[in-house]
Amino acid sequence: MPNLKDLKTRIDSVKSTRKITKAMQMVAAAKLRRAQEAAEAGRPYADRMNAVMANLAGASAGSDSAPKLLAGSGDDQVHLLVVATAERGLCGGFNSSIAKLARAKAEELQAAGKTVKILTVGKKGREQLQRDLGDLMIDHIDLSEVKKVGYANASDIATDVIARFNAGEFDVATIFYNKFQSVMSQIPTALQLIPASFETEEGADAPLYDYEPGEEEILADLLPRALSTQVFTALLENGASEQGARMSAMDNATRNAGDMIDKLTIEFNRSRQAAITNELIEIISGAEAL
Amino acid sequence: MATIQFDLVSPERKLASIEASEIQIPGADGDFTAMADHAPVLTTLRPGVLRVVAGNETSEYLVTGGFVELSATNASVLAEQALPVADVTRELVDGLVEAATTAAETADPSEKDAAHKRIADTKALLELV
Repeated sequence: MPNLKDLKTRIDSVKSTRKITKAMQMVAAAKLRRAQEAAEAGRPYADRMNAVMANLAGASAGSDSAPKLLAGSGDDQVHLLVVATAERGLCGGFNSSIAKLARAKAEELQAAGKTVKILTVGKKGREQLQRDLGDLMIDHIDLSEVKKVGYANASDIATDVIARFNAGEFDVATIFYNKFQSVMSQIPTALQLIPASFETEEGADAPLYDYEPGEEEILADLLPRALSTQVFTALLENGASEQGARMSAMDNATRNAGDMIDKLTIEFNRSRQAAITNELIEIISGAEAL
Repeated sequence: MATIQFDLVSPERKLASIEASEIQIPGADGDFTAMADHAPVLTTLRPGVLRVVAGNETSEYLVTGGFVELSATNASVLAEQALPVADVTRELVDGLVEAATTAAETADPSEKDAAHKRIADTKALLELV
């Protein structure tokens, strides 16, 4: 049986761990609210953009003059996986669930004989994929200096991806991120960026627009923006998911620490009682022997 | 007087949502004013100033690009970057001019004209500050 002093130290250390996890949980909760607000605020733009793009893309689909970003390069040999994760750990399964999905996809593509390239956004995903897929990585985008992810960050990523596409580095691009469902659940999601796909809402018939300058020019102008918007939405969802995941992970940790403290305290009290009883027995048997 | 529902959104937030009587839009093919019952138009924006008149009040926004979706009752402006003219600073406009200039230097010959137009458009914004 461990002695009393050891138990006491142990209890104290678990207590301070609990304090830390509790604080982290509170910080995550505050950040989560902000991240959710940001995601909320970005929605009107993304929704409208999607609706307009769906409309435009639907009109030009199948025509020979459709831009390459929309129609694809006519091949699907080289795939680019954009893996967006967090810059920090201690957020439960957040990073590993994205990495797992991306790894599964990479293996599936490789099994089918395709070439896979990986672009990582966020340090943690890079660390997790480095070991088995490290040689496939072409670049890494570091957001650790960025306090609040803005549209400019997303736009940079999208521009980079588009430039690589135009240079013929890949045929299909997919972004991996966690979709925020609730604090308890985040859904790892893969979204195809190039060739661009836009979900059309059935029945939402848009009026017949006059296009100025022309339909094709507008489409060409808007496609890169639409891509940036998709990346931005993914980053925002990721931000909210990260904080949500961290909050519930830290909540669990706090609860576990509490349970452990209870268990250790009981053990501590038992040992103390045992020691007292022992001493009493010694005194009494000593007195009886006289 | 008939009004038109005006929404100005940037990727990061919604900047304005009001009933406007008229909206002056810096379209890519030229400025125009939209009022209620306008024909449906979808146009891209050039860097410029967007003016919204609602009753006696006029609000002005600097927009750097994006597009407008216009129907008889709705005008949605999706601006890449937008902010009230009062908040515009010299540095910001200088940054835009510089970005346009670097873009023009690296542009394809076929896009040179558009790039130079963009420089001119951003330079015109210097008058605001």
